[in-house]
Amino acid sequence: MRSDRLDRAPLPLKISACLGLLFLHLPILLIFLYAFTTEEKSYRFPPPGLTLEWFAVTWNRPDVWAALTLSVKVASLATAIALVLGTLCAAAVSRAAFFGREAVSLLVILPIALPGIITGIALRSAFSMADIPFSFFTIVLGHATFCIVVVYNNAVARFRRLSGSLVEASMDLGADGFQTFRYVVLPNIATALLAGGMLAFALSFDEVIVTTFTAGQQSTLPIWMLEELIRPRQRPVTNVVAMVVVLVTLLPILAAYFLTRDGDQIAGAGK
Amino acid sequence: MNAILFENVSRHFGNVRAVDGVDLAVAEGEFFAMLGPSGSGKTTCLRLVAGFEQPTAGHIEIFGETAEGLPPYRRNVNTVFQDYALFPHLSILDNVAYGLMVKGVGRIERRRAAEEALAMVALPGYGARKPGQLSGGQRQRVALARALVNRPRVLLLDEPLGALDLKLREQMQEELKSLQKALGLTFIFVTHDQGEALAMADRVAVFHEGKVRQVGTPEDIYRRPKTRFVADFVGSSNVLSRVQCQRLGVDAPAASLRPESIVIGRPTDGQLGLTGIPIATSFLGPVNRVTLDCGGERIVALLAGGAPIPAMGESVTLAFGRHDLHVMEDAG
Repeated sequence: MRSDRLDRAPLPLKISACLGLLFLHLPILLIFLYAFTTEEKSYRFPPPGLTLEWFAVTWNRPDVWAALTLSVKVASLATAIALVLGTLCAAAVSRAAFFGREAVSLLVILPIALPGIITGIALRSAFSMADIPFSFFTIVLGHATFCIVVVYNNAVARFRRLSGSLVEASMDLGADGFQTFRYVVLPNIATALLAGGMLAFALSFDEVIVTTFTAGQQSTLPIWMLEELIRPRQRPVTNVVAMVVVLVTLLPILAAYFLTRDGDQIAGAGK
Repeated sequence: MNAILFENVSRHFGNVRAVDGVDLAVAEGEFFAMLGPSGSGKTTCLRLVAGFEQPTAGHIEIFGETAEGLPPYRRNVNTVFQDYALFPHLSILDNVAYGLMVKGVGRIERRRAAEEALAMVALPGYGARKPGQLSGGQRQRVALARALVNRPRVLLLDEPLGALDLKLREQMQEELKSLQKALGLTFIFVTHDQGEALAMADRVAVFHEGKVRQVGTPEDIYRRPKTRFVADFVGSSNVLSRVQCQRLGVDAPAASLRPESIVIGRPTDGQLGLTGIPIATSFLGPVNRVTLDCGGERIVALLAGGAPIPAMGESVTLAFGRHDLHVMEDAG
């Protein structure tokens, strides 16, 4: 008798699945490997020897620290802005029915659907026309455009599941708007905001395109890495930094995944 | 003093007249039911009292105080919601103590009050659980305790028994009624279940299409419906047309006749009679329902279990008391 369900996948399918995964992740492992190589100018396989000295070198490079600090600052501030604006927007769209609600929803999501280069060019020309000098804050504004989207998407999904009568019950029991937000709404959307915020942070942290158009003289970490690839000296430093970036962005994304896996899609995670 | 007063209150949503020129007065300490089919405006009226809606026109008073413009948190009324609306992230005790917490009552005092309220609804010791761990009936009691702990002057109940099974519903009907009497509170109860309204309320308002069709005691509403809608909605009544009334020697646009007031047999003194042909019968347990064709109009009679059932297709005489025939103002 044949069972209804195919429990075992055929061998060719298994092999191609493995190849697909290798194709995705082998290059990342190679980057990790060359962070330990003893050779600094060009990459040969296999590496002639393994060393930990590049970690020390990286630690003592002020340009790495400057780029890292800038990236963390930008990502933090952009995430903070996104959390406030994204949540407010999600609350408006899911709570109230008003003319143009769907259009607002689409316009909020648009920056993540549009190629980053469009957002970048648009922001750059807008900043020039308004005579705003490129600075830390223009980078933050650029990043906030797509950070808002991930917070908004997470918050809107949670607001939809939150029964409207909870807010009414709170008001009915004597809580004003602020108390209702503090004691009822916030605890119920907190994990969604945490997940959205972490994704926003991770997106901002490795953003290149919008940053190139909105940054002045400063370089964020990804930009610094791009510049560094051109220089043939101390190349493994880039690999060390890459490893750090992978870890810094992977952890929040994993956390966000586990926080929201009961039902909600992490919309926009693919950017 | 009136607990609640509605003066020509309307609430329109765009073109929809959810509540359309309602006048109501609910006395203090009264158990008042708002009865009507879904979409009749009864829930909107309740929300107008709670403050979730503001009237488009008209005037509302709560204990003599103008209610328009007052937000829900400034009104001394509390609501038991249809879906209970318990806060899923809080324990049962914190749910019940919520109203006291936002008013700034100290931790010890509000714990004591919340535990007292839980004991009152027969749920002592349930405080540490979460709403998700309770059954429907228990959640309903928590919602009740959460509202009552604030000592409201009016308690609003929005179909609170709708989600419970029949047996539990009957039990809760009695408990709510005795709780209301013990506390001496004004209860306003919204329901689409006429049996529930008749069983529990001191007075009933029947809603239809945003208007109040009739207000009265349950017996009033049941025995003396003013319109065809009320007669039909409250314990399905026979509605006799003008022609049928004239046959009986009564001049009225319409009249209602309760199925249980009809017997088979010749009319005696003070009784009226009609002839009809039985076309269907069904056994309902304590009674038999017989449908008769009386000169082209259908009349339903509920005959006591012991009474003989007339043979199908053979003309019989129906009798009922003159006072059982209730003349209505209009046919609509």
